[in-house]
Amino acid sequence: MKLRPERSRGSCGIAGIMNKKKERFSGEKILNSISVMQDRSNGLGGGFSAYGIYPDYQDQYAFHIIYENEKNKRIVENHLSKDYNIAKGEAIPTREPKKSVSSPPILWRYFLDPVKSNSSEKNEEDFIVETVMEINRNVDGAFIVSSGKNMGIFKGVGFPKDIGRFYQIDKYEGHIWIAHGRFPTNTTGWWGGAHPLGILDWSIAHNGEISSYGTNRRFLLNYGYHCTLSTDSEIIAYLFDLLGRKHGLDIHTISNVLASPFWNDLKRLNSKARRLNKAIRITYSGALLNGPFSLIVGQQDRMVGLGDRLKLRPLVAGEDGDMLYMSSEESGIREVCPKPDSIWSPKAGNPVIGYVGE
Amino acid sequence: MVDEKDTHDMYLYPEYSIIKDDEKCTKCKKCIEQCSFGVFDHNSVKDKIIINKSKCVACHRCISVCPVEALGIKKSELDFRQNSRWEEEYIKDIYKQAKSGSALLSGMGCDKQSIDYFKRIVLNASQVTNPSIDPLREPMELKTYIGRKPDKLDIEKDNDNYKLDTQIPPQLELEIPIMFAAMSFGSISYSAHISLARAAKESGIYYNTGEGGLHEDLYDYGDNTIVQVASGRFGVHKDYLEAGEGIEIKIGQGAKPGIGGHLTGEKISEEVSRTRMIPQETDALSPAPHHDIYSIEDLRQLIYALKETTEYNKPVGVKIAAVHNSSPISSGIVRAGADFVVIDGSGGGTGAAPKTIRDNVGIPTPLAIASVDERLREEGIRQKTSLIASGGIRSSSDAIKAIALGADAVYIGTAALVAMGCRICQQCHTGKCSWGIATQNPELTDRLNPEIGSKRLVNMLRAWSLEFKEVLGGMGINAIESLKGNRDQLRGINLNKVDLEVLGIKSAGEAW
Repeated sequence: MKLRPERSRGSCGIAGIMNKKKERFSGEKILNSISVMQDRSNGLGGGFSAYGIYPDYQDQYAFHIIYENEKNKRIVENHLSKDYNIAKGEAIPTREPKKSVSSPPILWRYFLDPVKSNSSEKNEEDFIVETVMEINRNVDGAFIVSSGKNMGIFKGVGFPKDIGRFYQIDKYEGHIWIAHGRFPTNTTGWWGGAHPLGILDWSIAHNGEISSYGTNRRFLLNYGYHCTLSTDSEIIAYLFDLLGRKHGLDIHTISNVLASPFWNDLKRLNSKARRLNKAIRITYSGALLNGPFSLIVGQQDRMVGLGDRLKLRPLVAGEDGDMLYMSSEESGIREVCPKPDSIWSPKAGNPVIGYVGE
Repeated sequence: MVDEKDTHDMYLYPEYSIIKDDEKCTKCKKCIEQCSFGVFDHNSVKDKIIINKSKCVACHRCISVCPVEALGIKKSELDFRQNSRWEEEYIKDIYKQAKSGSALLSGMGCDKQSIDYFKRIVLNASQVTNPSIDPLREPMELKTYIGRKPDKLDIEKDNDNYKLDTQIPPQLELEIPIMFAAMSFGSISYSAHISLARAAKESGIYYNTGEGGLHEDLYDYGDNTIVQVASGRFGVHKDYLEAGEGIEIKIGQGAKPGIGGHLTGEKISEEVSRTRMIPQETDALSPAPHHDIYSIEDLRQLIYALKETTEYNKPVGVKIAAVHNSSPISSGIVRAGADFVVIDGSGGGTGAAPKTIRDNVGIPTPLAIASVDERLREEGIRQKTSLIASGGIRSSSDAIKAIALGADAVYIGTAALVAMGCRICQQCHTGKCSWGIATQNPELTDRLNPEIGSKRLVNMLRAWSLEFKEVLGGMGINAIESLKGNRDQLRGINLNKVDLEVLGIKSAGEAW
């Protein structure tokens, strides 16, 4: 397994399903939704993020880690055991891989708490981010895939339906599911580079190419985020973490940062809104995402869909009772919910937001 | 007896030849009247136009005004014996020095190929995976803000009401990320100054007064003005500081790092004298250092003195010449409170500079911008300042490359003069500018009509902004801020590994 290939970019299919009442449902649904869009991936990456799947360990951070070999595992476990109390560490259960799932690495998950004395001087979440950054940057052959509470990311090289079966996601129940099928434009298949991408309980499935990558990466450097993943989508996860968690901006404001209204459109707003939007654009110009994208972002209590300012990549949303659906194509929704109450194409740059408990 | 002057002149051969088509020439004497360097004369006895070609500087004025297109200028054909080390320029410079005993002076910036890094950088475009954007069909945003940015915004949310709790520091708003660089009234004419002011106003950008104060007529253009405070402090008073939207402290200049300025008495006309607040016909000397700035803490005091004077309503920036240590110096400048930093690289123009300084001191703009931007990011203080690239920017593509390397905007000086007719004949220091730009001689300054001058500047800016949009659209980017520091969009050609590292770019042929 080649662990750090050149940065890849590509086109993809994405899907997301949530239950607003926090009722959990099987991963079978998202698996069917993403599988119908198989043409949007090419077998070089698929993955799922799931929220609410670890109720027995809901207070611990769940780390999903991929290892190239036992040696990397020992290094990371040594490292983790210094800073964390590990409540449980176990192999992530899998089925026999289908043909498209190529050479699975060692897949392990841990439920852990930071040792208070080691993290007390810092915000606990900052401490987790630091651990993830440090291991992902410095330990070759080990990669922390997800690091949130009561959630996890299951991903790898293969078609999404084969990856889903491999991870047995049909056996989990969660209240939010996000899926990604990947069509990278280079041939390196790397398990860590598949989507969704996550940090803390953020997970991001992204379809697009970020033309502003260089600008965004350098902007994040100002705030101590180091991009490691060899995929441009990684910056989106960090931008959400910076803007949402550290700067405390709400999702509407974040979407105004990432897909800012055009200056000309601001002229139509009232003076207070114009002042606010101008301040946002001036301050966070380095976080504007340019280029075509649609993305679905999950957190424990919400799922958000967002498209670029010109709507250069597709995104469809639908609602049916307590269920909210998002998908690259309408077929991804109709496959699992043939007659939703409503189905629509969100406007360019306008987020679709679903909150748990709404 | 030997005539010493003739003997000295014997060593120098005229650099240009004038070609005159006698069949076309009507002896209208327009060339005589218009050549400010005294090339042409008329022999009334023989009714003949006499040409003294040794005085020709290739300013093209005669050619431009000749009504019958009878004139041409050609580089003189005079080959020295081949020698790869003793190039012609070295030999001629020594002849000039052996004659005058003086340091050589020149106008404009360094003219050496070796500093040209812009030409060795190429830009990217989208193919397949990322659609390019057609600027004729889709919005393409070039608006830029110069000034200190907050690190984060505090926004209070109460139901659906948002309240902004962060005060945004004063900003300069640019419709396109270009400004006219500092060129003082004195070094350039009133006509040139007002042309720049009008064009800045019409194009939604800023021009910089330079160090010569602000002519009373130009206070009306204050909304588009950056006023400069340099070591001579000419024309600096409270109204002046308040007249513009921004203030720039000039420490150094790319054309002559470490060197002050000297405007000779001949250029201190009545108007210049009043504006600069110095007696008429006295030399205007700008010391090499500010005599109240001998350290970074002194600079901080001046920055805050200016901020206090203008009640913190205007961004205060600092301009330095690009030298070896520009990046740590810039870091200090930002920490001293500068809201923008101007890095003026070699290639930057000037009215007059010692030639040896102009051609040999300082580093190229692209390398300086890349290293300063990198340093400020490493230190986490890039948000606290805007970075302006200056020095040798000749085209929209030079400007785009400077921005992709990390600049927020660029200054153009020489390019603006060229739009007004400058031929880069490098004679600014003589005060004889035949195009009425770098002179105070009223007969010459009348040649530049500010209405036409400003129109040509506006046209050039419009052309550059259209080119910006085409280039951005090709990359699949629709806002200039997404190009800022986006070095992924650049590749180097014929650059060595260290050059590439300093620029922070890959070589052409290397993928992401």
